[in-house]
Amino acid sequence: ELPPNHFPAGRAAAVAVGYLRYLRGGPGRGLELSALRRARRQDIDGVGHKYCLELELEDVLDKGRTVNCTAEVLYHLGSSSTAPDVQLTVQGELRSTEEADQEFYNRIRSLEKELVAENIPDSHGNIPPELEPIHLLAWAASGYVIWQNSTENTKFHLAQVQQVKQVNRSDEDLQFDYVLLLHEMVSQEVIPWELTLLWHPWRGARVCRD
Amino acid sequence: DQVLHIVPETFQQVQHLQLLCSTLMLDLWKPLLPEDIRAGEDLHIRVSAPRVQEVKDSLDQHMISYRVLIPDVQKLVDQSMPRERSSHRQVSEGYKYTDYHPMEEIYQWMTQIQKNNSELVTQHFLGKTFENRTMYYLQISQPSNKPKKIIWMDCGIHAREWISPAFCQWFVKEILQNYKTDPKIRRFLHNLDLYVLPVLNIDGYVYSWEKERLWRKNRVPYKNGTCYGTDLNRNFNSSWGSVGVSFNCSSDVFCGSGPESEPETRAVAQFIKSKKSDILCYLTIHSYGQLILTPYGSTTKPPNNSEELMHVAKEAAAALTGKYGTSYKVGSTALILYNNSGSSRDWVHTIGIPLSYTFELRDMGTHGFILPADQIQPTCEETM
Repeated sequence: ELPPNHFPAGRAAAVAVGYLRYLRGGPGRGLELSALRRARRQDIDGVGHKYCLELELEDVLDKGRTVNCTAEVLYHLGSSSTAPDVQLTVQGELRSTEEADQEFYNRIRSLEKELVAENIPDSHGNIPPELEPIHLLAWAASGYVIWQNSTENTKFHLAQVQQVKQVNRSDEDLQFDYVLLLHEMVSQEVIPWELTLLWHPWRGARVCRD
Repeated sequence: DQVLHIVPETFQQVQHLQLLCSTLMLDLWKPLLPEDIRAGEDLHIRVSAPRVQEVKDSLDQHMISYRVLIPDVQKLVDQSMPRERSSHRQVSEGYKYTDYHPMEEIYQWMTQIQKNNSELVTQHFLGKTFENRTMYYLQISQPSNKPKKIIWMDCGIHAREWISPAFCQWFVKEILQNYKTDPKIRRFLHNLDLYVLPVLNIDGYVYSWEKERLWRKNRVPYKNGTCYGTDLNRNFNSSWGSVGVSFNCSSDVFCGSGPESEPETRAVAQFIKSKKSDILCYLTIHSYGQLILTPYGSTTKPPNNSEELMHVAKEAAAALTGKYGTSYKVGSTALILYNNSGSSRDWVHTIGIPLSYTFELRDMGTHGFILPADQIQPTCEETM
């Protein structure tokens, strides 16, 4: 059993949240950790360290309502080159984003010129409302990076979107080329990360170039 | 003013557009010259507000179809420019504590605050930064003939943590504004002096406004000017260089060339050493994480007065949560956050100042260092 206040549990929780953001995040949904209720760690010989977590989450667009989630994060022994395995179960329903997703999809598809933006949020923390969905998609993208690159000695957060460029495609997906700035808590470094995110209302988010 | 997008279809249309541009002296955004207007190619022209209708009528008359690309140029300009900052802004009366302020304005604010509250506030020289900027602290002190114990608070040791200097300014304002009417504050100041350093790492703070928002360290060059900045909160003489640091200048936790190698560190350390028998409590304000951290960072072995430290911290966290429900975690850095050495808080404790705390203000990573200005008020109110 681990004290949920101490950093090992907190780091594992950040990985679980990153993974969940990638899986379930989108232009209309931004999940964040509202509480870490319980944490247990199991050291599996020859395999790695497995953290079992009880989390409470909140959608920034649906504040005041929390959703419970159990997660298992397995950090593999020795290698920092293999992503941790994450399994999670969300109890109950997340608020539907069908309408908002479709609206966003149509808006971007109908843009005359491909969307380009920098510094989201700006230095003062402001995000123009029309860029909020782009910001939430960046959360989903950063979730992938955080999941793939975390170890027991790191804790990542998305600090800022340095740049985003939308790229028109001939297929149905929306494509956004992001440069994300990730803050790593232990080293205190701010690391720029380039990636390409594809998104579609039913297919969700996929990172295709990292 | 509007910007119109036109794709001329015929040579006659091109000619007409060229005429329109030259007679009305319209502002061509694309292409740059009227002679480069071509059929089948994009044309973007900015039309000044009074001429908009005239131009549109003319286009309609000649069956030239257009689309409004930018319906209000001024609005776009305003949105994309940083707000006008008047250097003659009225400070203190009109000072917006719910905005982030650049260093220039903070200097002016300190001067005004002392002027407007001269019975209680004095501004003092602490030292100079590497780039030769003056470090000032404010002393809030009720005149009295008996010597008083001191509570010291510094903000902005890490450049990017803008909510921290914002809090120091708010704190000073709250104390001064409510001194006359709040008996708690009067009693407080009857027995204690408050020393507030609103921005410790001034060079770094300026750099985060002008060049790189997420800069952390100071701006002292190393390696022949190929690399900049020491993490001031790894530079103090507490287990310096032992854990949680880097000896590589390009790291964000570079601990400097030796303990107190940095002018900003020395300025603070010298002062605190000189007053150490009078300092009761040391507070250093950071972001983010929502934490009240106690010594130490370099070891999990608890300090000798850890019970008292924790008790006070837990009460503080509870009071904080009581305001807006914001939850704070309490504990030692080594257990709650990570291992580090050379922190100001740890050093202060090792020289004998019993109550020494690091506050990590809002939030928990949602916005991180770039906390929106609209959270300044609630953050400061709850921390108060």
